[in-house]
Amino acid sequence: MFYRENGQFKSNYASDQQMLPILQDRVFMGLLLVFAFGAVPLFVSDYVFLSLLIPFLILTLAAIGLNILVGYCGQISIGHAAFMSVGAYAAYNLALRLPQLNFLVVLVLAGLIAAAVGILFGIPSLRIKGLYLAVATLAAQFFTDWLFARVKWFTNYSSSGSVSTAPIELFGWKVDSPAEKYLFLLGVLVVFTVVAKNLVRGHIGRAWMSMRDMDVAAEVIGIRPVYAKLTAFAVSSFYVGVAGALWGFVYLGAWEPLAFNLSLSLNLLFMIIIGGMGSLLGSYFGAAFIVALPILLDQVPNWLGVEMSTALASHLASMIFGSLIVFFLIVEPHGLARLWAIGKEKLRLWPFPH
Amino acid sequence: MSKHWPVLTLGAVLLVGLVLPIATGASPPGFYVEVLLGGLMAGVLYSLVALGFALIFKASGVFNFAQGSMVLFAALAVARLGEQMPLWVAMLLAMVIMVALAWLIERLVLRPLVNQEGVALLMATLGVTYFLDGFGQTLWGSGIYKIDLGIAKEPVMILDQVFQGGILVNKEDFVAALVAAGLVASLVLFFQKTSTGRALRAVADDHQAAQSIGIPLNYIWVIVWSVAGFVALVAGVIWGSQLGVQFSLSQVALKALPVVILGGFTSIAGAIVGGLIIGVGEKMAEVFLGPVMVKVFDLAGGGIENWFAYVLALLFLLVRPEGLFGEKNIDRV
Amino acid sequence: MKAKIAMLAVSAAIAAIGSTTVLAQAKEQFFPVLSYRTGAYAPNGIPFANGYVDYLKLVNARDGGIDGVKITFEECETGYATDKGVECYERLKGKGPTGATLFQPLSTGITFAVTDKSFADKIPIITAGYGRADSVDGTVFGWNFPLGGTYWDAADMLVQHVGKKEGGLDKLKGKKIALVYHDSPYGKEPIALLQERAKMHGYELLLLPVTHPGVEQKATWLQIRQQRPDYVFLWGWGVMNSTSLKEAVATGYPREKMYGVWWSGAEPDVAPVGEAAKGYNALVFLAPAGQGQVHKDMIKYVYDKGQGTGKKEEIGEVLYNRGLVSAMMGVEGVRRAHIKYGKKPLTGEQVRWGLENLAIDKAAIKKLGFDGFMLPVSTSCVNHSGESTASIHTWDGKKWVVGPDHYASDQQILKPMIRASAEKYATEKKITRRDCAKEAG
Repeated sequence: MFYRENGQFKSNYASDQQMLPILQDRVFMGLLLVFAFGAVPLFVSDYVFLSLLIPFLILTLAAIGLNILVGYCGQISIGHAAFMSVGAYAAYNLALRLPQLNFLVVLVLAGLIAAAVGILFGIPSLRIKGLYLAVATLAAQFFTDWLFARVKWFTNYSSSGSVSTAPIELFGWKVDSPAEKYLFLLGVLVVFTVVAKNLVRGHIGRAWMSMRDMDVAAEVIGIRPVYAKLTAFAVSSFYVGVAGALWGFVYLGAWEPLAFNLSLSLNLLFMIIIGGMGSLLGSYFGAAFIVALPILLDQVPNWLGVEMSTALASHLASMIFGSLIVFFLIVEPHGLARLWAIGKEKLRLWPFPH
Repeated sequence: MSKHWPVLTLGAVLLVGLVLPIATGASPPGFYVEVLLGGLMAGVLYSLVALGFALIFKASGVFNFAQGSMVLFAALAVARLGEQMPLWVAMLLAMVIMVALAWLIERLVLRPLVNQEGVALLMATLGVTYFLDGFGQTLWGSGIYKIDLGIAKEPVMILDQVFQGGILVNKEDFVAALVAAGLVASLVLFFQKTSTGRALRAVADDHQAAQSIGIPLNYIWVIVWSVAGFVALVAGVIWGSQLGVQFSLSQVALKALPVVILGGFTSIAGAIVGGLIIGVGEKMAEVFLGPVMVKVFDLAGGGIENWFAYVLALLFLLVRPEGLFGEKNIDRV
Repeated sequence: MKAKIAMLAVSAAIAAIGSTTVLAQAKEQFFPVLSYRTGAYAPNGIPFANGYVDYLKLVNARDGGIDGVKITFEECETGYATDKGVECYERLKGKGPTGATLFQPLSTGITFAVTDKSFADKIPIITAGYGRADSVDGTVFGWNFPLGGTYWDAADMLVQHVGKKEGGLDKLKGKKIALVYHDSPYGKEPIALLQERAKMHGYELLLLPVTHPGVEQKATWLQIRQQRPDYVFLWGWGVMNSTSLKEAVATGYPREKMYGVWWSGAEPDVAPVGEAAKGYNALVFLAPAGQGQVHKDMIKYVYDKGQGTGKKEEIGEVLYNRGLVSAMMGVEGVRRAHIKYGKKPLTGEQVRWGLENLAIDKAAIKKLGFDGFMLPVSTSCVNHSGESTASIHTWDGKKWVVGPDHYASDQQILKPMIRASAEKYATEKKITRRDCAKEAG
């Protein structure tokens, strides 16, 4: 009744090609943005900002990056936190050694460096496929773990191997309070999402998807696998690298190589699988789910007033987390984004389903 | 012949790397043999975990990330039950538990996910990992526990006439190697000679064909997961007796991943040979190449063994994408 | 429509997570407890957390709180992971009528991460025997309290000890010392000092990192077998310690020549090796194993009432005692601050004053029931750590035996290093130094 596109005709190419072709979607998106930018900072507590929203925004960005590679191009990577760490350490060194650079420039450069490293580790994908490639990407994970722990230059000869950053500044705006950090990250994320949306529905995105669906057939119809796969690695690593830099500068503030370990990689993978592979919206859902679930599970006994040792609570949380993941995979293997799409479809017919 | 040159080149390079320390005199021969033995011993243990991976992948096409957690779970069960009863009873009971676990996994995870993509199955086993980690610690506790096989831990010096300084060996390591060898032999027999084993191989070859001649797929899966559980149990007991049974046992299994890609996912022989190659390569690299790299690049310590195995496997895959003994994949449109 | 409902649900969920139970202005002092009872480091984290929480319970049960102000506390599981620790910090920092009193994360990694936040939140962080070595400098690290000693102190004492064994520090020339360390900020901290000392005395330092969690050490010990260092310093945590000892046994390295830091010398570290670990030494500071007056009180007021956190038999273990002492120093900081601010719930900033003016002398230790379990501590605005002294204890196969000598770190060497390192941090973070003279006046 409310969600119906009857009467919305497309009379020119521009309107046919817009990102959100349905009026209701545009209105909804506008409201959502107003809510996220304007209303959220007014009523949300610092704890929610720091522990939920900020990690959510950054990890969404990383999940979009991984989704481009896994969901759109079909190349599985279990080692994507490696590119986050490349981004983070690149940004740290750029900010340290070229202090006059604007943070946005640092961010982009860090992303580009991560993209270069991504291409390097993407080369095996031209030979290796499927799960072999997945395990091979772990090489990137363990190599960067080692690299940043051992080569002293990357950590500016810090005696502990841990690096820390000063609060970021943009054109005189000191991004310091949780709300400011949130707004800054939200802005970055919106820009990157729009870019990603346009990439995946454009020429290059179609090349990626044809690679994913059947690489041999794609090659036959004239898509160069070298180009398609390596651009996917590059763009994906760029996104993830930027996310890594933000993770270090905005969320952690001080970190050690362990901050980008395998479990972060696996979490990223969980996000896109739970959220929905090959869906940008899914990256949002997945990140929200993976960020919020452990924290929620942690606090449930507290709310219910159940006296329970933290050890038991944490074991139970781990068990529930594992079970929920299996449950979601069984119930909806295409992720939360698919549920959303089904919901939308239903809404379109509501209240007269026949 | 010409087709094989990449493999041969890589093999030659590795071989040169292997003999370089001793040829240049960088290491006394006795110590070299010790490193070699140490690598082989580590390799045997990697092989044990890799076997579990390969078995499951062969029969059900699942890349089972939970193998490490199964090792931990089995070891915890043996250690904690062993406190109350004789060790062999504890092991039997633990085996029963592992079979039950295999059945549950088949029922609750695999069956509903049949025909899903490889990644989804991989993720599902990751979910199982989280569950098992939490469940194991709730059930058995999260301290350090002992499994005492009653083998002396003090090292023995052998061949001190042949090499200067002699060679230190551990009885425990030898027992571990023997057990692993026995396990592999019995697995091969099981696969080749028993009807269940043949059915397993049939399933591995072609699910649909196997089903159409009346092999019950679900039953086979339970069997194969039970066998993997058994392998996990053996690995857990051996590892646990050496390192102590503790949560981090599950993480050592990550070391077995490069072994499976090097050996080929579907090959039992690959798991064994791959394990030995990785074990030796890793220890050699750490002991001989590590200090050189530290000096040249002014690193804060070595530790290259953490990625060396992966890079080695990666290089190998570039040359032979299906691994040492894996089946060649032919794409058809 | 549906979207709106979903949105409402989401915002409701967010609000629910964020809502910290609003307590009435009760006469309560809130102690957040960051602990790890799960994961790879649980065997060490559990006894420490038990001791810590037990002491808080004891103060309530025996004394009715700190000067009549009841202690409340909440545990949060960090799993020894930095990101989880930061989340716990954020979750607990605002709880209680006056916010979190102080944090004791028992992880150097978490300490590094929350140090940056402490400046804005104004909550002290006590790192008794761990944390940043340079945080002794209270003028830069306004909120860190590495009470009782840092890793630079520890490394310094170990070098002094082996120097003494050799018959003088100058005899260390040409010797080899290997540092087997946990590859994390924790394990890397002592390196700077050991290198400084190596320059002075001319010994060779071998650095052998062990990757988390530390069960894979075969190559490390092969290298030790190859290099045959004269001494091995062990900077491990959790399962890494026992693995090191096992590998030492397997490669035949004499345990008598192994020296652990004070976090590598507890029961869970040697127990899995048992008899074979005989002769292994470790630093022990403040609290060796055993029982004293405070333990009797603990059994009487807490355990006999069924309120104990752990098992009764585990009271008096090394890490349990260390938890007790850590909690006690926090409580004493609050008690000290009561003198200035009155006997009421205090904020973190007020507690800092108490911690900066700690004066736990011999008489006070006796009164608290810690006689024989710790040495006097006194702090100031400039020096946040106080004197650091420690002894060496040796495992005899059954229990830890404390040696007779006390060691104190050489401030001549440490002071300039601390100053330089703190300066570097201040510039990196754009922090202006506090003026202690002015604050006092």
